[in-house]
Amino acid sequence: MPPIDKADTAFVLVSAALVMLMTPGLAVFYAGMVRTKNVLGTIMQSFILIGVISLEWIYLGYTMSFGPDVAGIIGDLSWFALRGVSVSPHEAYGPTIPHLVFAVFQCMFAVITPALITGAFAERMRFGPFLLFSVLWAVLVYNPVCHWVWGMGGWLRNLGILDFAGGLVVHLSCGAAALAAVTVIRPRKGYGSDNFIPHNLPMTLIGTGLLWFGWFGFNGGSALAADGVAGGAFVATHLGGMAGLVTWVGVEWIHRGKPTTLGAASGAVAGLATITPGAGFVTPNAAVIIGCLAGLLCYACVASKQRIGYDDSLDVVGIHGVGGVVGTLLVGVFATRAVNPGGADGLLAGNPSLLLAQAMGVVAVGTYVFCASWVLLKIIDRLFGLRVPEDTELQGLDLGEHSETAYSA
Amino acid sequence: MKKIEAIIKPFKLDEVKKALTDIGITGMTVTEVKGHGRQKGHKEIYRGAEYQVDFLPKIKIEIIVDQPMVDLVVKRIMESARTGKIGDGKIFVMPVDEVIRVRTGESGKDAI
Repeated sequence: MPPIDKADTAFVLVSAALVMLMTPGLAVFYAGMVRTKNVLGTIMQSFILIGVISLEWIYLGYTMSFGPDVAGIIGDLSWFALRGVSVSPHEAYGPTIPHLVFAVFQCMFAVITPALITGAFAERMRFGPFLLFSVLWAVLVYNPVCHWVWGMGGWLRNLGILDFAGGLVVHLSCGAAALAAVTVIRPRKGYGSDNFIPHNLPMTLIGTGLLWFGWFGFNGGSALAADGVAGGAFVATHLGGMAGLVTWVGVEWIHRGKPTTLGAASGAVAGLATITPGAGFVTPNAAVIIGCLAGLLCYACVASKQRIGYDDSLDVVGIHGVGGVVGTLLVGVFATRAVNPGGADGLLAGNPSLLLAQAMGVVAVGTYVFCASWVLLKIIDRLFGLRVPEDTELQGLDLGEHSETAYSA
Repeated sequence: MKKIEAIIKPFKLDEVKKALTDIGITGMTVTEVKGHGRQKGHKEIYRGAEYQVDFLPKIKIEIIVDQPMVDLVVKRIMESARTGKIGDGKIFVMPVDEVIRVRTGESGKDAI
């Protein structure tokens, strides 16, 4: 049994706690952007997943994602209910930390990914069908994709694709699922004519702060050790976030004439999402460039959304989807073994083949997640109906779905 | 007796209140309201998308005064609430049949 490193273990445990905090952070980030009648419904769609997906994770998710490989596609069920996942380390999944610590760290990623999707269908989805979708999506979409990219024997991992902390597994996958969702679930009533103005931007900014704070665990902890790679990932995370923030605000100031707080929050999250796949593979200067490109490209996509006519209510596609794609491709440009000997060299370090592999990862994950999510949503819609009745939508999800209100009249 | 109802810009409330207190007005009722006149709302920008917001936040002040005070009160409200820019608000004056103080049962002028 390899020895457990106490510093590594403490670091990954704290990182897991930081990533856990991101889901309630996301809940208030999203809740600030909806109208007063949908605040609790929006919070609940993230918060409930801390319970439901954690449950799914210990029985099915962990073994499907990281269990012994079957044909590069999926883990088998031999680790059902965490059987054999003990305090002794697993050599591939953090050789110096208890296997159980890796499993709980990964649990937090599995929780936040479906929570991210909820921004796409905010203010109009029924709670029951939403829960069913989230659990089935975790089992049929997240777990396989997680295995392909991060599981030992996963086919994308075997192709040499790099995804440090979830550009493909978390951000592109939630973005592609969000795109599928907005093609299945029609826009909110009054979309294009009524004003969908955020009801509480200070709440969204608090959420952004919690997300940013948690992201240090998300990316830093993905080194699975308290070492130089973790330090590099921590720094790259901060630089990606700040570059995204500054660029988004600058671009909208030029484009629309005013720097906005929602722009600052959106740019930070775009930068953080985009640096995620490369955090442990790129230099600080590359992280700044990646963050700037995130701010620019995500702003351009979000600002041109209205012309397409899909109601991606809180811009999951424009921020996480675009950020996941851009960030994953840029790993193929900026990655260097000088930062992380366990990584690979990218285009600028003289290796164009990594960029090709990264592009393949984007196409494979994007296509599978979009198609599988679309089919899943169509089936649930046909069987149970995804959308709340019109009067519930007018009244709001808080009262209609939960019999509560966020604010007394 | 008359009721004077003034719709003003929210940030002007303190000035108006002071101007009225200075001429001996002892009571008023203040409500946060929304509305628009010829000003027609304003523009807000969220993630690059522009929204037209029609109803603007305003403050409604209600005061009951005896007939001889009406002109002075209206004048002081106009002076203190005025910025000269569009959206300064309106003042309505209307008759009041009766005023009764709940605690004592006094009525008419004495109850104001």
